[in-house]
Amino acid sequence: MSGPLLRVDDLHVRFPVSGAGLLGSGRRMLHAVNGVSFELAKGECLSIVGESGCGKSTTALSIVGLQEPTKGTIRYRDQPLNGADAPSRLQRAKAVQMVFQDPYASLNPRQSIHTSLAAPLRLHGVTSASEISDRVEVMLNSVGLTPDQAKRYPHEFSGGQRQRIGIARALILEPEVVVLDEPVSALDVSIRAQIINLLLDLQEKFSLSYLMISHDLSVVEHMSDRVLVMYFGQIVEEGGWQDIFEAPAHPYTRRLIAAIPKPGFSSDEMAQKTDPTPGLPSGRGFVSDGSNAPDVFVAPAPSELVEFAPGHRVRLSPAD
Amino acid sequence: MTEALLDVRDLRLGVVQKRATLHAILKGVSFQILPGEAYGLVGESGSGKSVTSLAIMGLLGKPLSVTGGALLFKGQNLLDLSKREMRRLRGNRIAMIFQEPMTALNPLATVGRQIAEMYMLHQGKGRQEAQELAIEALASVRVPNPDRRAKDYPHQMSGGLRQRVMIAMALACDPDLLIADEPTTALDVTVQAEVLRLIKDLCAERGTAVLFISHDLGVIASICQRVGVMYAGCLVEENETKALFQDPRHEYTRGLLGALPQLGSRSQNGRRRLVDIDSIIADRSKLTETSFIVPRRPQGGQA
Amino acid sequence: MRLGFNFWLGALLTLLVVLAGVLAPWIAPFDPVFDADLMNSELPPDSTFWFGTDGQGRDVFTRILYGAQISLTVGIVSQVINSLIGVTLGMTAAYWGGWWDDLVNGLTNVMLAIPSLIFALGVMAVLGPGLPSLLIALGLTNWSWTCRIARSSTLSLKSQGYVQAAQTLGYGDLRIMFTQILPNMMGPILVMATLGMGSAVLSEAALSFLGLGIQPPFPSWGAMLTDARQLIQLAPWVAIFPGLAIFLSVLGFNLLGDGLRDSLDPHMRTRNI
Repeated sequence: MSGPLLRVDDLHVRFPVSGAGLLGSGRRMLHAVNGVSFELAKGECLSIVGESGCGKSTTALSIVGLQEPTKGTIRYRDQPLNGADAPSRLQRAKAVQMVFQDPYASLNPRQSIHTSLAAPLRLHGVTSASEISDRVEVMLNSVGLTPDQAKRYPHEFSGGQRQRIGIARALILEPEVVVLDEPVSALDVSIRAQIINLLLDLQEKFSLSYLMISHDLSVVEHMSDRVLVMYFGQIVEEGGWQDIFEAPAHPYTRRLIAAIPKPGFSSDEMAQKTDPTPGLPSGRGFVSDGSNAPDVFVAPAPSELVEFAPGHRVRLSPAD
Repeated sequence: MTEALLDVRDLRLGVVQKRATLHAILKGVSFQILPGEAYGLVGESGSGKSVTSLAIMGLLGKPLSVTGGALLFKGQNLLDLSKREMRRLRGNRIAMIFQEPMTALNPLATVGRQIAEMYMLHQGKGRQEAQELAIEALASVRVPNPDRRAKDYPHQMSGGLRQRVMIAMALACDPDLLIADEPTTALDVTVQAEVLRLIKDLCAERGTAVLFISHDLGVIASICQRVGVMYAGCLVEENETKALFQDPRHEYTRGLLGALPQLGSRSQNGRRRLVDIDSIIADRSKLTETSFIVPRRPQGGQA
Repeated sequence: MRLGFNFWLGALLTLLVVLAGVLAPWIAPFDPVFDADLMNSELPPDSTFWFGTDGQGRDVFTRILYGAQISLTVGIVSQVINSLIGVTLGMTAAYWGGWWDDLVNGLTNVMLAIPSLIFALGVMAVLGPGLPSLLIALGLTNWSWTCRIARSSTLSLKSQGYVQAAQTLGYGDLRIMFTQILPNMMGPILVMATLGMGSAVLSEAALSFLGLGIQPPFPSWGAMLTDARQLIQLAPWVAIFPGLAIFLSVLGFNLLGDGLRDSLDPHMRTRNI
């Protein structure tokens, strides 16, 4: 197959919000995602970074079908995943799966691990009991658990083990795209490393494509091939991980990177770069530098993503 | 050598029922904080870092209770103080800020009033004067439009602003020691950076000592002069921040540092496999048998 | 799970009612209906008639044992109907939302605004007296609290990761409701049903007392109280024992329900330690 595995075009998500205060101004539309477009290639890890409220989670939920987009298309292998021609929930389950942030809320406390993993297989037409238990066993081994743990219930496992089970559940239907929603942020530091290593191993083993949502830039740098930086519902910068971390162009990306406390450096040493990135078209500025929050109830000012170096795009004010 | 402001000596605490210790949580923790020094306690969940701070504040709830050791604050053992004496000390000489300011603020009072109350309670100021001091305090934590913001209720503020209000309240009486328990964990990175900078600047300006508790080594590194690493109720390593990060001695500290993806390291050295702490540590239960406590430099404190 | 004194007392009383009802045919010394003997009417309690006899000379003890059958049937059947209606409406309303949620909410509020006994009276007036209509009437009256609890539980469970995961795995809505949501809210529903049994027994007694429930000569505790009305001064035991039976069984169901709630609710549990 040529072309991208997953393709998102001009995605918009708006939520109705009822007006606050005594003189509530009726229903207003909150613009959560404003025209997000990107492609995900086979076997790549693409991360969306940004702070709370930037729309990264809403984008992810739209892709797994938990949020209906207001406008725009999501295509998987050139088949639409949303809109009138969208596949059924059952069909889309084989294409895209998700690993959730909170390992404590993401497993049904009343289902044994075996049931959690076997039920989706049965649902998708695997009827042979021996095939089901084989596949469950293989999957548990792949995520570093032992098959004899399958009879147990979630409360008998630690946070890290639960996250392994969550990963096993996401992979049991053999999807090609896995959305990772803050996969390690709820875990202890020493467990984080194990899960990150596991995710990278599994990606290679099953040639998975990851779409990772994260606010932790050090994890993003470690795992990603490409990075999207989102700010108030828009992509403000897009590029390979080296572009984003070594030559960030947008002031917001720079602020984000400078804000990370690093072991071994005091914050005084984190000088913020202000020099313009070489190659930016002259005479065009940034619409927002990310220092003051725009109004989320109106559509954003016109701007466009401009590719100024191969694969490296940044949001600039429109050309005159 | 300077007299320590807070001297935690062999602190032990656990789950106590009917005078029997059912489960030890702190197994003899000792560290000292000098006046004006920022000291960090880092550890994973369950390491005992947060209960340490609660013990210092005298806020341990049942069934937890101190079973041994001493907590000397300016030479006085906090464990000997009556509840009333402890109350007078709390908020006044020792103040604390928490991870989620929303739970520590009263949702039914304006933030200005809540700060003003600190001045009225601990310094006997009149209502009018306390109000003015509260607005000054808000200005000092860099809240824009402090006189207008003082009339806001906590829910009208963002998480970052609420944490600033907490800091203003905590520093209202110029305490000698500020205990900060994961104060920036719930915040976005850019807001976190601002709040950390604020704590650092204000405490340096006023000579307030800080006990900073976090699971995030990077946060600790950006604010503390010395760090103690806790594991399973023991202080396994203590050193000056730079030295600790450059030359970790304890197995666990090394594992912890190796387990973190570090910004910039991929572009310098390529993608290395993160250290799986369980693969380098043969037996976690033996971790607390050794500890590396590097003595403070004789001239006292300035890193 | 730690169960307190209340739970065990409630369980004991409930067990007594169950045993009385189930074993009535074997342990009752007389027949509840046909052993009427006017020669023996209004006898005070003695060694033959433990609780005395009523106006028709029937053994009150026997009739109370058989009355337990009716109270249990009414309590259990009406609560099963209540829970089925409440859970179905509450769960689907919260899960699907939209106009269906608005409709169910409106209906629930209307039901809560009508006093339940008046509503049951209305239903009985339409259906006529008798056990089946009594079961239907009580089954239709008290589902609104169960519905509210089911709705709020579903709302909070819906946002749990495992429900979202089930959606992404391709589970249909009904399958999600039955395998992911329902098992996780059985605790509070069970508590509501147990507590509801107590009020159903009371309502049955009230309706039978008003002559709309179980018809004489069948022994319902409420109907026995009606019969005792004229005799209350001559033969107080005819009123006291059915009254006591109602009191103890309702107390039993309520204590059992409270005890279950305490042990199922983690917040209550920590407070008890």
